[in-house]
Amino acid sequence: MEVLLFAVSAALSLAGGVGVVAARQPVHSALSLLLVLGSLAVLYLTLAAEFLAVLQVIVYAGAIVVLFLFVIMLLHARPPESRPSPVGGQWGLAVPLGAALWAGLSYAVLRLPAGGRELPPEFGTTEAVGRELFSRFLLPFEVASLLLLVGIVAAVVLGSSPAPPSVPPRSASGREEA
Amino acid sequence: MTVPASAYLLLSAALFTLGTVGVLVRRTALILFMSIELMLNAVNLAFVTLARVHANLDGQLAVFFVLVVAAVEVVVGLSILVHIFRSRDTVDVDEVDLLRG
Repeated sequence: MEVLLFAVSAALSLAGGVGVVAARQPVHSALSLLLVLGSLAVLYLTLAAEFLAVLQVIVYAGAIVVLFLFVIMLLHARPPESRPSPVGGQWGLAVPLGAALWAGLSYAVLRLPAGGRELPPEFGTTEAVGRELFSRFLLPFEVASLLLLVGIVAAVVLGSSPAPPSVPPRSASGREEA
Repeated sequence: MTVPASAYLLLSAALFTLGTVGVLVRRTALILFMSIELMLNAVNLAFVTLARVHANLDGQLAVFFVLVVAAVEVVVGLSILVHIFRSRDTVDVDEVDLLRG
């Protein structure tokens, strides 16, 4: 059962990851990201992290992806990346570099000792995580609330200031003349 | 744990690599942001897996704080992006080059 859950969720999250990177339209990337986040929530459940699985669905899938979709809606669609990039050959370099990164990470990961200790029954529940948050991690928790406040203030300031003076984007031909 | 922890960690490495490749090849700032989210999630998966392996909750708490930071980062980043779009009518990172020497 756990093997089946892992296989399905891992396949879905990899497919979603490829979708995020390869989709032509930002909307498709956002929906692929949603697929990744959903399957990761399932994996969290199999790893005895039920509080984080719920948090993943509420915060990531519910808030962050919706925010992405709102912004995609605000920035009305233009044909994305139709112009050739001024920095060419990105795919040809990125794929071997990515393969090297994956090989290195896998090597590091496979050298870790295999574990799997017995878990206390309440491991990863809201109560257990909350107890830690409000005892040993109280200071980071309060600092996190301050960080959220800074984020709210920044969003209000950036959202309410008048539009900055318009700077026309430099065209490809203009760049060559300059 | 019937599925070995290394399987989860290999998946995490693969997702992180996909996010890195996305940052390297894409030019739409929105998709760059989503690739960064992908990398953050890959790291979160590694944290949760190792928390399970060592039967230690600290990894899960780290994920909690990563979630908070990711939420703030997305809010601030996207509002900057909307500002750039209002002034330059593009979110292509190659065209936002005012600071170019």
